[in-house]
Amino acid sequence: MSGHLFRIDADFHLPQVAISDLLPYLNEHWRQQLIEREITSSPFRLTSYPPNSPLTLNPAYEGLDVSGALDRFGTGIAIASMLHGVVALHNPDMRAALMSAVNDHVAKAWLDNEPRLRGSIYVSGDDPAASVAEIERLAGDKRFVQVLMLAMQEIHHGNRHYWPIYEACQKHGLALAIHAGGLYRVPPSVSGWPSYQFEDYVMQSMVFENILTGLAGEGVFQKFPDLKVVFLESGFAWLPTTIWRNDKTWRGVRQEVPWLDRKPSEILAGRVFVTLQPCDPPGPDELRQTIKHIGGTDMLLYSSDYPHRQFTGDDPLPEGLSEDALVGILAGNALRAYPRLADDPVVRRAGETLEAPA
Amino acid sequence: MTRYVVAEVAEFPDKGIRRIEVAGRELCLIRLGDEFFALMDVCPHGGAKLSAGRLSGTVESEGPGDYRPCRTSEMLKCPWHGWEYDVRTGQSWSDPKSTRTRAYSAEAIAGGELAKGPYVADTVPVEVDGNYVVVNLPVSAAR
Amino acid sequence: MNQPFIETNATTRPRIFDCDIHPAHKSASTLFPYMEQRWVEHMQTFGTHIRQALVGQLAYPRMTANGMRMDAKPEVGPPGSDLQMLRDQHLDPLGIEIGNLIALSRGGMEERNPDLAAAMSYASNEWQIAEWLEPEPRLRGGIVVAQDNPEAAVAEIERLAGDKRFVQVIMSTRPYETPGSRKYWPIYRAAAEAGLPIGLHPVGFSNGKPSTGTGWPSFYFQEHYTFVPSAEALVTSLVIDGVFEAFPKLKVAIIEGGFSWIPALGWRMDKHFDTFHKEVPHLKRKPSEYMKEHFWWSTQPMEEPKKPRDIVDVIDWIGWDRLMYSSDYPHWDYDDAYRIFRFPVEPHQREAVLSGNASKLYGYA
Repeated sequence: MSGHLFRIDADFHLPQVAISDLLPYLNEHWRQQLIEREITSSPFRLTSYPPNSPLTLNPAYEGLDVSGALDRFGTGIAIASMLHGVVALHNPDMRAALMSAVNDHVAKAWLDNEPRLRGSIYVSGDDPAASVAEIERLAGDKRFVQVLMLAMQEIHHGNRHYWPIYEACQKHGLALAIHAGGLYRVPPSVSGWPSYQFEDYVMQSMVFENILTGLAGEGVFQKFPDLKVVFLESGFAWLPTTIWRNDKTWRGVRQEVPWLDRKPSEILAGRVFVTLQPCDPPGPDELRQTIKHIGGTDMLLYSSDYPHRQFTGDDPLPEGLSEDALVGILAGNALRAYPRLADDPVVRRAGETLEAPA
Repeated sequence: MTRYVVAEVAEFPDKGIRRIEVAGRELCLIRLGDEFFALMDVCPHGGAKLSAGRLSGTVESEGPGDYRPCRTSEMLKCPWHGWEYDVRTGQSWSDPKSTRTRAYSAEAIAGGELAKGPYVADTVPVEVDGNYVVVNLPVSAAR
Repeated sequence: MNQPFIETNATTRPRIFDCDIHPAHKSASTLFPYMEQRWVEHMQTFGTHIRQALVGQLAYPRMTANGMRMDAKPEVGPPGSDLQMLRDQHLDPLGIEIGNLIALSRGGMEERNPDLAAAMSYASNEWQIAEWLEPEPRLRGGIVVAQDNPEAAVAEIERLAGDKRFVQVIMSTRPYETPGSRKYWPIYRAAAEAGLPIGLHPVGFSNGKPSTGTGWPSFYFQEHYTFVPSAEALVTSLVIDGVFEAFPKLKVAIIEGGFSWIPALGWRMDKHFDTFHKEVPHLKRKPSEYMKEHFWWSTQPMEEPKKPRDIVDVIDWIGWDRLMYSSDYPHWDYDDAYRIFRFPVEPHQREAVLSGNASKLYGYA
């Protein structure tokens, strides 16, 4: 039914580059440090995605490389990210050097070679000044369409600490993308650290509930009126609760956050987008109910979460979406989420099959 | 309309809030300077007695970190959930921009061009007749 | 007038059981009569030792009258500390037949000194008996336990299990470890053996961990929301750690955690159980099945979606036999039993939520 429509995949992962392959992008000091300290032999794998976990590998992609995975679902454009463990380093200078190297590697090894890929400027929330410098360094390359941070950080995403990063995003028309996973510096729940990875993964969506509430409550959307935020691998069935609860709480505590000059749900409209996978509702009825409670599909972005296992069968697109909604979910909503895609050459060529951006 | 004397002006303090029963109805009577206002004494949201609430202003903002108190004493905060009601109109407040607009005149409100909250507390006409505060209740209300 | 759905006809006045009433201490010395002299002196000298920066207050100041109903302050002491006011303001006018006490804070749940924690929980329970349960037969107690001293917690449950006025065990929702942790299993064993449900209610004390998985919020607007993910995490932890496989008779009441998220959490756990089931072979069934079998939920703060009927979809999934009315008296987000249904309900559904479900969980006749 949707095979002929242009697809923008908002959550697509590139295989993690080995530290030794980052050496060409580093200066003499860091090359020497990495080699002499044998840091090049460290895997830098994030705890959130163990390489052999059934979460990390979707059998639907077995034997397919990046381009093969794009072919498989007729993807027109994929917003790619490399969730590299270098973000977890505490040394701010080594971390900044390695994150720049990851971004340079993505541009050279992937964006130069696969015209359907768009990139993420991967930054650390720990050091906003370094992150702003990195955004400024790469913003001229229009193939980068978002700035990427992790969901579980040490300081809440709404906090003013990060605002220089958000300002840079707004300035350059880059979406702010927040991906599941984290630094493991604070427990994923207020009640503590879970015992199992399964539990930890389930709790990721709870972190996003708090992130959305925080971005709204702290006034990020008022402060940066053109900033767009994309939640990657966040799930979305939690949205009705967050929207209902925030609207209700606001009526009683509005004076504490008077910059919220209308209901939070109205402030979020057109500003926050969430990816479709993992689609937690178990079937079409539950999906339709969730969409009814959210109030529509304008926030939803098609995603495959390649190569993670989020769906079974042949299509990342779950059953239960109306034909009317598909054009938006597959591409139209992404054009509103990613300001840079409006001028993207591939998108322009595909223009005739796309819904005009609102 | 039937007129009921509900209080003596002299013994009603400025910024006072009182629960008054008249003709089988419970009213929340408020004094602001020389003006008196009356609301039905039940919050249309959660059912609290508004007369147990506090007179407050509201806060406007130009953005995060900016706080501008305004409408001093003209808002009644519900004693439970803290919802704000404009004592002049009974309109629940969800939108401070409209609050500012609202302050201009009663006519502007009657024009219906303003965004309104989801609940309106019933208001009752009040007047001061010499030394007495008088409310006008419809005959049907005097049950 | 946009009136909610209210029934006030006296002839059809429903039975109402309230699952969340907070008794408060009149003063800092309220528990002293129930403590050994050693601990009284300790409290007077050192005070409590909890895992947050401020003593006797929260770091997120509330918006309305210190988090209380403005109209609930007695002449002496804080809101919730005066039994007669509770009667006059809540039990009598609403016709509450039975009310469950949830004694929050200063009951040892957050205290780090393990022996002081045990002494405080003992005192908190004796205080409930002497000052609330004895004088007011409509009230029921919750056994407050010092769960990070599990041995003492078990002893306290065993001490009071024979007193039928105590209807559940109250634990902190911000413990040292997630509630599914095996450290707490002796408490669950004791509760299950005594036939007592576990009641879990959010607490404002930080207990040393940020209230979100990505650090501290700035505003109370955000902190208020954290009660929701907090409750979700409790359920996730209890289910996935296998507590209900170990204690198949254990029942849990989630109080003031909201309920509109319950279906979405059940779906999420089931979906990812497909992916992770080999990691948790102790789970014999889909996670949502444990949720439906072992949990009860309370209404307050009542969800208020733009389209009130959306809540019916949610309750249909949860089950009309699992949701219980709670008021949260005397806190600011108090719900009046006659105002919670802003959508049409069948009489038997209303009866179940207002009294029937609590009746089944707590064994009320």
